[in-house]
This record gives sequence, C-alpha cells and structure tokens, in this order.
Amino acid sequence: MSLRIGIDVGGTNTDAVLMDASDRVLGRAKVPTSPDVVSGIRAALARVLTPPPREPVTAAMLGTTQCTNAVVQRRGLRRVAIVRLGAPATAAVPPLADWPPDLRSVVGGPVTLVAGGHDYMGHELAPLDEAGVRRAAVEAAERDLPLAIVGVFSAVNPEHERRAAEICAEVAGSEHPVSISSEIGSVGLLERENATVLNAALTDVAEVATRSFEEAVKAACGAEACYFTQNDGTLMALAYARRYPSLMLASGPANSMRGAAFLSGVAEALVVDVGGTTTDVGVLVDGFPREAPFVVEVAGVRTNFRMPDVVSLPLGGGTVVRWDGGRVALGPDSVGYRLLSEGLAFGGTRTTFTDVVLALGRAELEVPVRRPRIPLEVAEAAYRLATELLDRGVDRMRPSSEPLPVIGVGGGSVLLPPCLGGNLEVVKPADFAVANAIGAAISEVSGGVDRIVALGSRSIEDLREEVRREAFAQAVAAGADAGAVRIVLWEEIPVAYLPGNAMRLRAKAAGPLARGR
Amino acid sequence: MTRRRIGLEELEDLAIGAAVLGTGGGGDPYVGKLWAQQRVLDRGPVELIDVDEVADDALVVAAAMMGAPSVIVEKIPSGSELLAAFRAVEQACGARADAVMCIEAGGINSTIPFAVAADLGLPVVDGDGMGRAFPEVQMVSFAAHGLPATPMAVADELGNVTLLRSVSAEWAERLGRALVVAEGGASVIAQYPIRGRDLKLAAIRGTLTLALQIGAGLRRAGRQSQRVIEDLTRRLGGALLFHGKIVDLRRETASGFVRGAVSIDGLDRWAGSSCQVTFQNENLIAIVDGTVRASVPDLITLLEEESAHPVTTERLRFGMRVFVLALPCAPLWREPRGLAKAGPRCFGLDLDYVPFERRLARS
Repeated sequence: MSLRIGIDVGGTNTDAVLMDASDRVLGRAKVPTSPDVVSGIRAALARVLTPPPREPVTAAMLGTTQCTNAVVQRRGLRRVAIVRLGAPATAAVPPLADWPPDLRSVVGGPVTLVAGGHDYMGHELAPLDEAGVRRAAVEAAERDLPLAIVGVFSAVNPEHERRAAEICAEVAGSEHPVSISSEIGSVGLLERENATVLNAALTDVAEVATRSFEEAVKAACGAEACYFTQNDGTLMALAYARRYPSLMLASGPANSMRGAAFLSGVAEALVVDVGGTTTDVGVLVDGFPREAPFVVEVAGVRTNFRMPDVVSLPLGGGTVVRWDGGRVALGPDSVGYRLLSEGLAFGGTRTTFTDVVLALGRAELEVPVRRPRIPLEVAEAAYRLATELLDRGVDRMRPSSEPLPVIGVGGGSVLLPPCLGGNLEVVKPADFAVANAIGAAISEVSGGVDRIVALGSRSIEDLREEVRREAFAQAVAAGADAGAVRIVLWEEIPVAYLPGNAMRLRAKAAGPLARGR
Repeated sequence: MTRRRIGLEELEDLAIGAAVLGTGGGGDPYVGKLWAQQRVLDRGPVELIDVDEVADDALVVAAAMMGAPSVIVEKIPSGSELLAAFRAVEQACGARADAVMCIEAGGINSTIPFAVAADLGLPVVDGDGMGRAFPEVQMVSFAAHGLPATPMAVADELGNVTLLRSVSAEWAERLGRALVVAEGGASVIAQYPIRGRDLKLAAIRGTLTLALQIGAGLRRAGRQSQRVIEDLTRRLGGALLFHGKIVDLRRETASGFVRGAVSIDGLDRWAGSSCQVTFQNENLIAIVDGTVRASVPDLITLLEEESAHPVTTERLRFGMRVFVLALPCAPLWREPRGLAKAGPRCFGLDLDYVPFERRLARS
C-alpha cells in the first residue's frame, strides 16, 4: 500500500497531510508560510513525515499561491512576445490595452499580428501566415522572450494556434516556452489573450516552483510522482504545470472545496472557508467547485481562466470589531495571523470577531483561552453583522432555493453559526483546518471541452455525444483512470443574436489518477 | 447646449450608462469602449454636439455593429471597416459626412461611433435612434419618421463592403442580417444617412448625455448603491420597481434570440412579493405579484445590488440581488407610429402598451 502527501501553501499557513490508499489521514501539519515558500514546504513535509511512515510515499500534490503572489507583486515575471492570429481582424484593440500600466510595462513585449484564425463555426478566416509567425519566433528566440499565441475563435478551432506553436518550436527550439490560448482560456479573445500572456509571464516562477517542490519532495520522502493542483480542483503533472502555471492561480479555494466535499461526504453543498482576514464562499457541484461563469480579474487584468466561483467576504477570525456608543462596526481590516498575539482572548488588546464569538460562548477553541470581556450588546451586534454578511454570501452563491448543506472549513470555521442563509445547516467536519491540504491529496485528473456549435446541420444529441467523448479522451490522456472517468460539468449556453441556433457547449470529465501514474 | 469632449474617462462612464439603456441586451459595450479608447488615444477626444448645432443641410451618418456580440468579443474589428462603410455611404450620397451618430444609445453600439468619429475627426451627435437598445434595424426613430435606412453599407474586416438600397427598413434588416451571417456573425454598418433638418425632427435627443450621467453616477456609487440608484431614478423620471433576490432563471435560444424569464423574491419593502422579468435579448416585461408594472418600449433594467452595475440577460444568475428599474422610453415610442415599430406586439406579446407611470399610479 502506498501513501501520498497533500500540501497547500496559503498566504498565512502551509498545511500538509499524509494519506493512505484508503484515504485515511495519517498525519497533519500546519506551519507558517515562508517568504521563499519552499522552506515552509520542507518544514511541513518534515513534520508530516515524523515519525517516518512504514509504507513508501509515492505521490505528492501541491496547491500553491506562488503564481498569484508573483502577479500581484509583479515579481519574477518575464516579458512576453505576443502573436495574434486573425489579421486584419482584431487590430482595433491591441494586446494589453486594458492592463494596469505598471504590469503592462513589466510584461508587454513585441506584438505581431498575422493572418489566420477561424470564424465562430470553426472555418478558416484566412490561411495561417506561417512566415509571419516564423519572424515573430525568430525575434522571440533572439531576445529570449516566452511566446503567447492567441488565434481568433481558437476555442472553437485550435488548429492555427497549434501549427503556430510548432513553427515556434522549430525556430526557437522545443524548450522555448510557448503558451497557446486554446489550452488556457475560453471564448472572449482579449480575456483569453490576457490569460495566455500571464501564463507566459509566469515561466520563471513556474520553473522555480516546480523544481523546488520536486527537490523538496525527493529529499523528504523520495516520492517520484509530483503534481500541482489547478483552478478546477484537479491535478496536473509537473511538466504540464511548468507550461501552464496560470492554471493554478486559484488552486487554493479549489483545494479547500474539494477537501470539504471529501471530509463531509457531500457532493452538492456550499463551502464556507473561514480564514484570518476573509471568508470564501463557494459551491460544490458533483463534488467539484462550480466555475465562475464570466470574466475573472487577476491583479487588475480581465481573464477568462476556468476559476472556481468564489465570493470573498471581508470577515475572518482576525477581523477587528469597533464600537462607539450604539454603533458597532465589523472590519473590514483584520489583525490576520497576529490574532494569536493581539486578540483579546490571547492576551492582546484588539477586539476581533474571534473574541466576539468566544465572549458569547458560541464556540470553543482547541487551545484553552480566557473568555474575552466585551459589552454583551456590542458582542451581539457584531455577531449579528457577521451573520448577515455570511447569510448574504451564502444567498448569493446558492444554486437554487433547494436546501443544501453548508460545509465550514478553514481555521476560523469554528466561529460559524449553526445555521446560515435562513435554514441551511452548517456542517463542521473533522480535520476542517487542513481541508485544503486534503483537497490537494485527493485530487483527480480532468479533461475539458469548450466549444460553440451550430445546431443547423447536426442534431444536438450528436454534438453532445462528440463533446462528451472528447472530454473523456482528454481526461484519460491527462492520466485519469479510463474506467472511472465521469462527466463532472456540463453547460449549454445559448448564444444571442446569431441565427442558426448557436450554442456554447462546455463539458468536463474527471477521474482518479490511473494506477502507476 | 451640450458641447463636451469625450475622452477616456467619459468613455468609461458611457459604457456603464449604455449598458443601463441596453435594458439587458445590446451587447457588452466593453470591446467598443476599448476600440474607441484606442482611437481617442491616437487622435484625441471626440466632440459631442447637440442636435440643434447640426446645420440643416449637414449629412449625418449612423455607425454601428450588426450581428452577435458574442462574435465581436472574439473576432474584434480591424478598425478600418467602419471607415470603409462610411466612405461607401458618402459616395452613394455624393457628400461627405459632417457628423456621426449612434443608432442605439444602449449596449455596444453606444461606443463604436466614437471610434470612427475620432478617425474622421468628426463630432458625434448627442442623440440616437432608439434611446435604448432594440434588436432590429427598423426599430429606429428615423424609420418611424419614414426616413430611409439606406444607402447602408455593411463592411467586414477583410475589406468586403456591400452597399444596400432597400425598399424598407425591414428589408435593410433582412438583407443586412444575411450579409452579416455570411461574413462570420458580426460586421459593421453605416446607415441612415440623413440631413440635419431630418435629424432635428427624428432624433431622440440627449441620450448620450443621459448615458454619460447614468454611468458617472453608478461608477461612483460605491457602497451607497441603493441611494444613488434611487436618486438617479427620480431624476430620470423612472421608478424603482423592485428589489430582491433572483430565485429562478429560465433561458433558451431560438432563432438568434435568447428568450427567458427571471423570478425575483422581494427584499425590504418588497418582502413577501415576487417579480418576474421576461426577456428576448432585451428585457420585455416586468410583472410584480401578477400585475404588469412595465413593458417594452419602456426601459426595464436590472442593476446588481452590490456594484450598482447593470446586468445583461447573459449574466443573470440565481442568488444575485438586483434592483429592477423602469425608465421612460422616448415619447416617440409611446405614439401609435412608434408602437407600430416597437410596441409589445412587435415582440410577439399579447399585451397593450401602457406607460409604466400610469400602471404604477393605478395600484
């Protein structure tokens, strides 16, 4: 029997769990996230592997904020050469037009617009200008710039993008980093282009993150198989993660939701992840995080990554409570990780949301603390404000008026009231504090299809079957166990103002890692 | 007299305000805004002039995109097709355009005219042909006044330019739509070349200023969204019909339209009530507790509670908290000739139009 390790690097803590083949949690660790990330990972690994397990660790799964931090802090990003396939279309709006100027000045490189791309039916707009792509690749190779390639309607037909990537590999070598948009974003050229450029800009960050993780894991337990978890809560192999670092920008919330599904045994639920500063509310559909349907902003850039649909509320264990006469205010500022020194209950002087809950006797912490003294009416008012905020978040995310459970995870979830959103019971599973690391450890492998189809010439059943088959094939190609793959997401979105009944079909298939992978 | 320079910031305001006038449809003004902003960056701000400032014999031409907004977000224009369309219409008229106008102040077609205006160095007229968004070419004040939609040019990014002379606005719609499909689902058009004297007669005036005002207000609403929305509604002669949470949503596609309805459960003073808004690309009817409160051609717009930003029918979803707003349509649409072009029955609704103010006064 083999073991595996799940790790989640958050802004405050790095969590790790050791799990066996029957998904039992054998060990857990929570250490502070280190500035270089990897020493925190090493520390968490060391702790979770003490005492040394009797069976070998065969796989390690990591969810990390390194890429997000790099984008937010504009650190370690590469300048990117951008190639658009679609000329003369798209010239009206150049790449990065809507980016924050400081980020654009770091990432923006040469832009080449060449003929190519497809229409919404997938027919060629123009033959691909291969010579133009070649020229762009030569420049990128000379200046050592990663390439981002985006073609018009490549989400419908990725042929030109793939051919352009081949040309770039011929010119610049197969090791030269090339990102193509059809593998990163969905319909919406500018948003998909932004996502692709961010992906290319993260080349070095990804290189460091993947290599240091691999080395740390090898040194700690010799596990051969390392994976990163991505935004949809599924796994990608190291080589893939190196090429598609942008796909892990939101792996944190995805992991905690997957962990919540696992811990509670519920596949349809709301997940409320309470941290020190914020609370994330997300939705589980078929055990996977529901995806955000539209544009997602990353550090001020509009993208259309597949991201979990999460609403972030300004409420956490460290949220500061103030009062003045009859007026009580809750946050939005927080003492964050300093809760353990600055909070009233921990001998500090700041009144926090944690203190309010303790003062009302509505929760108990694992570590014994003294009960903070807060005027009762203040505590009650603050608690009411917090519950209202949570109720709204839960209300906003509910998929329908059908009742469904709310799963509380994260270090602060003990603070949650027993009921939210009017009548929804809050479940607080065991191991709630390391749900995100568990989510990483139990991750599956997926494949997806996102396409606009015209219903004129073929029957909808026919198209559905084709899309279903393709999603299955992609999941298996990515390493899923062919016998256990199933559809976990299915969406049919009508397209407005187009005759011929066009429809956007999105499907995702997922399954557990195949044995021996 | 309005004489304003429309620069980058104003285009941001316009995009939000235009989405309100888009009444749930009309396409996201985002791409049009970026396009116009690029041209303004290159060529400087565009002047917005009052309808009365246009000379009687001046030639004014409308600029727009036709087709699927979901195509234009992918196959973004080249930037020169509108110029080509303008040149074709000018040639057919034997005169140069003196000003550019919006055919519809709602949705993506509010911002696109500023791109071509910046290129041509022409002003944009503060007015449009709808005062909102409508789905079809003949649902335009100019058509209601008997002014011809053609010569109209349909142009694509490859350089294809087709000049149409149609016997009616309905034919211009039908032929234009066929060309747009052949050209990949989204093209640009230059149409309704009209003289200043006809513009003064037929234009729905001040609608861009209106969109700018709405956008400026909502963009700065912050946490005061409800107060800002109520103030704005009052100033515009509108009504806040409902405030609540979306509890049901039906959407289906049929022959180029997204049809459906959204159900909203009341909050605050509407607690215990429910509201239903039906749409066909744009919002058509708002019903509160079984009674029709507003219908097309009056404007029905949903604003998201938190951001105070307008929500298109594509973005509606369960759990979203929204305000439902009614704004009066331009007076023309309340006249028989306006109702003949864009009344409830033009949308297949078995309903007589009653202005929402009268409907509300009754209850």
